[in-house]
Amino acid sequence: MSDAAFDVAGRIGQPWKKPPFIQRRWLRWTLLLGALAYLIAAYMTIEVNWSRVYEGLERGKKFVLAFVNPDFTTRSSDIYEGMMESIIMTVASSVVGIAISIPIALGAARNVAPLPVYLICRGIIAISRALQEIIVAILLVAIFGFGPLAGFLTLSFATIGFLSKLLAEDIESMDKVQAEAIKASGARWTQWINYGVQPQVMPRLIGLSMYRLDINFRESAILGLVGAGGIGATLNTAFDRYEYDTAAAILLIIIVIVMGLEYLSGVIRARVQ
Amino acid sequence: MLRLEKLVKTYKTGDQALKAVNLEIPEGQVLALIGPSGAGKSTLIRCINRLVEPTSGNVYLGDVELTGLSAGMLRKERRRMGMIFQEYALVERLSVMENVLSGRLGYVGFWRSFLRRFPQSDVDEAFRLLDRVGLAHMADKRADELSGGQRQRVGICRALIQNPALLLVDEPTASLDPKTSRQIMRLICELCKERGLAAIINIHDVALAQMFVQRVIGLRFGEMVYDGPPDGLTPDKLTEIYGEEDWEATIEAVDEDDLEAESAAS
Repeated sequence: MSDAAFDVAGRIGQPWKKPPFIQRRWLRWTLLLGALAYLIAAYMTIEVNWSRVYEGLERGKKFVLAFVNPDFTTRSSDIYEGMMESIIMTVASSVVGIAISIPIALGAARNVAPLPVYLICRGIIAISRALQEIIVAILLVAIFGFGPLAGFLTLSFATIGFLSKLLAEDIESMDKVQAEAIKASGARWTQWINYGVQPQVMPRLIGLSMYRLDINFRESAILGLVGAGGIGATLNTAFDRYEYDTAAAILLIIIVIVMGLEYLSGVIRARVQ
Repeated sequence: MLRLEKLVKTYKTGDQALKAVNLEIPEGQVLALIGPSGAGKSTLIRCINRLVEPTSGNVYLGDVELTGLSAGMLRKERRRMGMIFQEYALVERLSVMENVLSGRLGYVGFWRSFLRRFPQSDVDEAFRLLDRVGLAHMADKRADELSGGQRQRVGICRALIQNPALLLVDEPTASLDPKTSRQIMRLICELCKERGLAAIINIHDVALAQMFVQRVIGLRFGEMVYDGPPDGLTPDKLTEIYGEEDWEATIEAVDEDDLEAESAAS
């Protein structure tokens, strides 16, 4: 059953090597050397002011040392308020964002939705992903004023782009036959989604939701910098006043909460597999 | 009971999977559909319940013409056609019971199914069917905890709880070992007899088909090239369906298999 055109005798006793990805030798080397040259040139354009770095090291040292001696007490009521605001923003925006994401994800999965719905939903996702959180926050602060409302809306908006896209991709890569079997029983569309699709994507949905909760909390610390409420506002004030010990306390709290969420999401994901 | 008239399926790529297939199946007849991979066996049965839309031609289930039905009417008719799949196609993260009850989705409303509150008669029937295939004790296990043979038996229950008039069976034994394959084929054929169901069984294993069915259809390149009793499949006929190969061994094997199966059964 051997291929007549293939010269086996000529290959016996010869070493075998995996054929290169780019067949033409000159093209392969040109691309490789070109990329290397560009990389070196790119690094050379980064200017480093070493005397400035030397001065900055002193400030950096103060900052780092503050972590050894964080001050939780002086501004404790500010920290508490900011943290509460952040947590409320995080939870509220995650719940709203996820609730809106699920129908959009269904619409953005080509194997579930008809083409017009698909295009609209993909459009919504593209807009949400194209606009970075900070830019949205600046716009919403301009509209709604300083405070957590702007932050809440920003995070909900960002959640939609993130969750819908990843969930839609999971729906698109689901096992088609399992869903087909439900369809063959005469199920209506909603039942088909509930029995044929949902069980397949549930672990991913829960995992992504936990991850997004985590991201939203971290983002809430950044949004305060542009006035959208949360712990970020407190953190910003602490930096402005050079109160590194208070800033360190805030950062430590953020780190502990993020690690806690990470642990929690690990436990939950293991249980829903 | 089921009648196909000039059924044609042309895929978007231009491949003609079915070329004007005519077929009539009387009430209660179990029929095997054989043919090489790509002959259109799967397409044929999927065109019947319209998981694949036929390009032209008609399908009559009883007096109802299926190809022209609206989505809602098609759903109603799909309840009368139970389907059994090659890789079982159980929803793996649902329990055995949920999988069986999903066969009733065409009969119950959304909220009932969403809340898993199926009518008592459905639940009773599910337990009766699971007991019939010997899996009643597994009802609350998750489907992916079962072995291949067990999964296929759950798949059979799911098809039967629809209370169908016709079973569409797509390669029921393709991923099973020889012994389990026989058990599954025997189970399907017994249940068809008990309930007077007609069935179309796609199957690769010619010997296995010959053991269990009354009628064999040979499909090649989307055309029917054989329609007759299982013992009419001579080496010439098999060559016509599958192409040149030494068929004597296959046919001899059938006889041996038969003896073996009988001795195992006794």
